[in-house]
Amino acid sequence: MDLGGILSYVTSFAIVAVVYGVFCLGLNVQWGFTGLFNIGVAGFFAIGAYTTALLTSPPAGMFSDYVLGLNLPFVVGLICAGGVSGVIALLIAIPTLRLREDYLAIATLGIAESIRLVFNNERWLANGSRGMIGIPQPLHNLVAPQNYKYIYLCIAVALLILIYVAIQRAIRSPWGRVLRAIRENEATTAAAGKNVSAFKTQAFVFGAVIIGIGGALYAHYTRSITPETFTPLFGTFLVWVMLTLGGSGSNRGAILGAFVVWGVWTGSSFLSDQLPKAWATQAFYIRYLVIGLLLVAILLLRPQGIMGEERRLSRLSAIREDATGPPEAEPPEGPVGSDTS
Amino acid sequence: MAELFVYGIILGSIISLGAIGITLLYGILRFGNFAHGDYMTLGGYIAYLMVSVALPRTGLGGSRLGPLSFGFDMLIAILVAILGMAAIAILADWLVYKRLRERGSALILMAMASLGVAIIVQSIVYLGWGSAPKFYSTAIQRAWLLPLGIKLKADQVFTFTVAILLVAGVHLFLKRTRMGKAMRATADNMQLARVTGIDTERVIAWTWAIGAGLAAVAGVLMGIEAQLMPVMGWTFLIPLFAATILGGIGNPYGAFLGAMIVGICQQMSTAWLSPAYKPAIAFIMMIIVLLVRPRGLLGRSA
Repeated sequence: MDLGGILSYVTSFAIVAVVYGVFCLGLNVQWGFTGLFNIGVAGFFAIGAYTTALLTSPPAGMFSDYVLGLNLPFVVGLICAGGVSGVIALLIAIPTLRLREDYLAIATLGIAESIRLVFNNERWLANGSRGMIGIPQPLHNLVAPQNYKYIYLCIAVALLILIYVAIQRAIRSPWGRVLRAIRENEATTAAAGKNVSAFKTQAFVFGAVIIGIGGALYAHYTRSITPETFTPLFGTFLVWVMLTLGGSGSNRGAILGAFVVWGVWTGSSFLSDQLPKAWATQAFYIRYLVIGLLLVAILLLRPQGIMGEERRLSRLSAIREDATGPPEAEPPEGPVGSDTS
Repeated sequence: MAELFVYGIILGSIISLGAIGITLLYGILRFGNFAHGDYMTLGGYIAYLMVSVALPRTGLGGSRLGPLSFGFDMLIAILVAILGMAAIAILADWLVYKRLRERGSALILMAMASLGVAIIVQSIVYLGWGSAPKFYSTAIQRAWLLPLGIKLKADQVFTFTVAILLVAGVHLFLKRTRMGKAMRATADNMQLARVTGIDTERVIAWTWAIGAGLAAVAGVLMGIEAQLMPVMGWTFLIPLFAATILGGIGNPYGAFLGAMIVGICQQMSTAWLSPAYKPAIAFIMMIIVLLVRPRGLLGRSA
């Protein structure tokens, strides 16, 4: 492969890794900081992707069938993707978040599956199982089509940085400290006069908005989405492994995990594609198995992931730390959950 | 409509086998087992392995039991699936959940570990049998015509009978046997049970065995009803949890009742909606229960 080919390959890889980085940041707000168990990441991914696809595409033509098609600009699509995803999150947060943690999890799975069913079966909505194709790309007239991905990488990275900074600011604010207090011990936080379910709802919606934006970013990159894009494996399981491997509770860890896991995933697919076809299918399933094994192994062996959680969360505590020496080590668990009884 | 109602009861009896397992496990271990659907799937495929490969070699395959679409070999296959899944579930507990328990991990981390186990089990099914649907039998079965225009196949009667017998068995086990009583005591209060000399680790192993064994049967029955698919169990988690929550989580009688209601509603909905929407119906029912009566029909108040 020549140098240009390698550069092009690396760029394509990086764009998808950045998109996964956005998903991981969103899930980190929910799970890493607040301890909310979302096993329907794929659902919010799908909502974001479809929202922007329907808003930014031209009206449906002869060979396709979908609603809207408003030719709106990319930025509007992105914002609405986050907005719609947040609204859906709010709707399922209301009945579930004041109850047991498992209920939220199963509700997120339910919404993810239901969304896939709706898009698959309602052809008028978004072209049914054939999906949306030719989703427009921002700034695509600027360069030749074969060089477009470099522009898109810049857009994606800029967005990732923006989201990263926004979360860092939020999490270091008093609001963010309440979230972590809820994760560590819900009862004490409530006793301290905080409205626990309101904070949880806000964190869940905030995370969902980010995942929705990530979905939009994905849709404009691949230009085509079908209901089968949003399988549990690619939409949910991979994101979980990325976040837990990188380190739940650490935003840098979340992004690192996205790059490492996506690197291993695509790298191993590069190798397995050289195999005969029957073997290549088996190799795919072996990688599937490795994802599950990794998730369990991290939980058992290194729950804090590669990076672990950042300890310093406030400017003020930093000053005190310098005065009294390093603080005691935090417990090694990821989100140490609240008592459910 | 009468026909859909009857089909709903049959679907409900399959759901109940899974939901009772989830609710028993929740009662003892206090976390939702997200691998439960995949235990169903693997159980179904273990029976498929028996019926398609292992048993024909011993000369037990091929025959048919009366009007049923399968033969005596299926009964052996179900037994093997139960024992196999019970062993796998105990092994998974020993390898994963027990370690987390001993470390005093948060319950939500156990739920997350079960997500990992779910992925592992799914990938094993894919590795073993690929993604194409599998059928136990391709034999065409004639349906009986009952009053009210209800068409019923012998297999469906079999499904219902097996499920009811197993549910009754679980009831007798919980009420009559020492282990069943120990299980109920542990569900009430694990510390207190331990103080009175109950070996709670043994209770946990039994709970896994029963839960996974029932799940295996549910998987086989799903395969008999329709077909085997590697993702069928993961999607089936939604009606399973809907039934569990509707009945009141932790209560096996509630799980049975909830399963019947969910099954009937799912089947009746096909009169108006595409059958593809069945999981969504279960999901909506669950949300309504959580809004109106979060502790479920037979649940104790939180």
